[in-house]
Amino acid sequence: MSLPPPAALKKTPLNARHRSSGARMVEFGGWDMPVEYSGIVDEHMAVRTRAGLFDVSHMGEIEIAGADALKAVQHITSNDASKLAVGQIQYSALTTGQGTFVDDVLVYKLADEHFMLVVNASNIIKDFHWISGHVQGMGDAAAVNTSSRYALLALQGPVAKEVLQSLTAVGLSAMKYYWFTTGEVAGVRCTISRTGYTGEDGFEVFVPPASADRVWTSILAAGASAGVIPAGLGARDTLRLEAAMRLYGNDMDETTTVVEADLGWIVGWKKQEFLGFDVLQRQKAEGSARKLVGFEMLDRGIARHGYDVYFDGAHAGTVTSGTQTPFLKKAIGMAYVPSDRTAPGTEFDVDVRGRRVRAAVVPMPFYKRQK
Amino acid sequence: MYPADLKYTKDHEWVRLAGAEARVGITDYAQKQLGDVVFLELPEVGRAIKKGEVFGTIESVKAVSELYAPVSGEVTEVNSALTQKPEAVNKDPHGSWMIAVKVSDPGEASDLFDAAKYSEFTK
Repeated sequence: MSLPPPAALKKTPLNARHRSSGARMVEFGGWDMPVEYSGIVDEHMAVRTRAGLFDVSHMGEIEIAGADALKAVQHITSNDASKLAVGQIQYSALTTGQGTFVDDVLVYKLADEHFMLVVNASNIIKDFHWISGHVQGMGDAAAVNTSSRYALLALQGPVAKEVLQSLTAVGLSAMKYYWFTTGEVAGVRCTISRTGYTGEDGFEVFVPPASADRVWTSILAAGASAGVIPAGLGARDTLRLEAAMRLYGNDMDETTTVVEADLGWIVGWKKQEFLGFDVLQRQKAEGSARKLVGFEMLDRGIARHGYDVYFDGAHAGTVTSGTQTPFLKKAIGMAYVPSDRTAPGTEFDVDVRGRRVRAAVVPMPFYKRQK
Repeated sequence: MYPADLKYTKDHEWVRLAGAEARVGITDYAQKQLGDVVFLELPEVGRAIKKGEVFGTIESVKAVSELYAPVSGEVTEVNSALTQKPEAVNKDPHGSWMIAVKVSDPGEASDLFDAAKYSEFTK
């Protein structure tokens, strides 16, 4: 059985539920979280073939509201929020003046004058201070950290829709990917978004914390016959890597630009103004010195975060994420490499704990779900 | 719970001794700590290994762990079927031998734990 955590770790409303379910718990960004229940491989395969249920309540929500809310969001994020309709979501970056990442975020448009940013758990305090500081001078706009108002459950996999549909009157088939709505799930008023971090179809359900346990157990009960199981942070990481979704802290941080991270598609180039726009525009025109690529190991060995990358015997890059992934059964990863070495098929060596092992650039994503 | 015909190390390897031949694997406790095993790196036949030194690595999805030689000697066999299907270590840890060793000094085995002592050690 797992040992009780030191008192300082934060707990989601489902902490007791995870512990009584026998989850193996770990510390993650100051939170006491489940890393696995039945095993990372088992949970990963469940998500790819049936569905898994994740507790991601540790993630943060920061809401910006006021007559100038859009103006504020446009200034502090990279993507063009003016393209959003009410009920729509976009992937974006909170950028510094150098075009680097304060965080990667999802921007939800709740109303013309009300936006919600969903942010990484480890960055909540940092992001809120950053956002409030910048929003202050922007007229009629205020930022509020509303993280404690929401528990967040993610049901991900090919059977997610049918399972969740049995618990709600909201027509899920009509919901397009990256849209959200409100409705009741298991009798609890929730916000439901068709989003996820696994590369599968799925839904993220924002629940009042006091009702989180009820919604969690209801989803597992409704999904039992379809083989839905709880899944932890371990499988969340292997799933997102197969789908080539980036992880803040690994694949980008305050030293890497949006262009270097190969996320130019989340820049609203037509906006012409946002923090870091000038740097990013220059990098788009002239190229950046390095770029994030996907790769596959060619010889036996697993590349992991922080391992050095060698081209022609010279150290020229770093692995940002890497593992052996359960579905593809391959050792894959992402790395920053020189921009003239990004063509698929380009070979390089990864230093795996003192041994040079051959790898090759491959196009991302590594895995794409069948429609 | 732990087979009586095996001996155990503090680093959670098991050893099956038959005269001067030893087979080595990792225990149920070790495989539980590791999680799903995805990769196994074993030495070549003929390699000389020394008690207490690293003879290979075993990797789970999330972590890399080193394998320590419980006895000194020469590697006579390597379980390459296991390196092809490393998940067998999770399913049957005490039945999944990794290397066979021709033991150079049988006296070295005297400080290994028996099943009862190892069971106590892992509580």
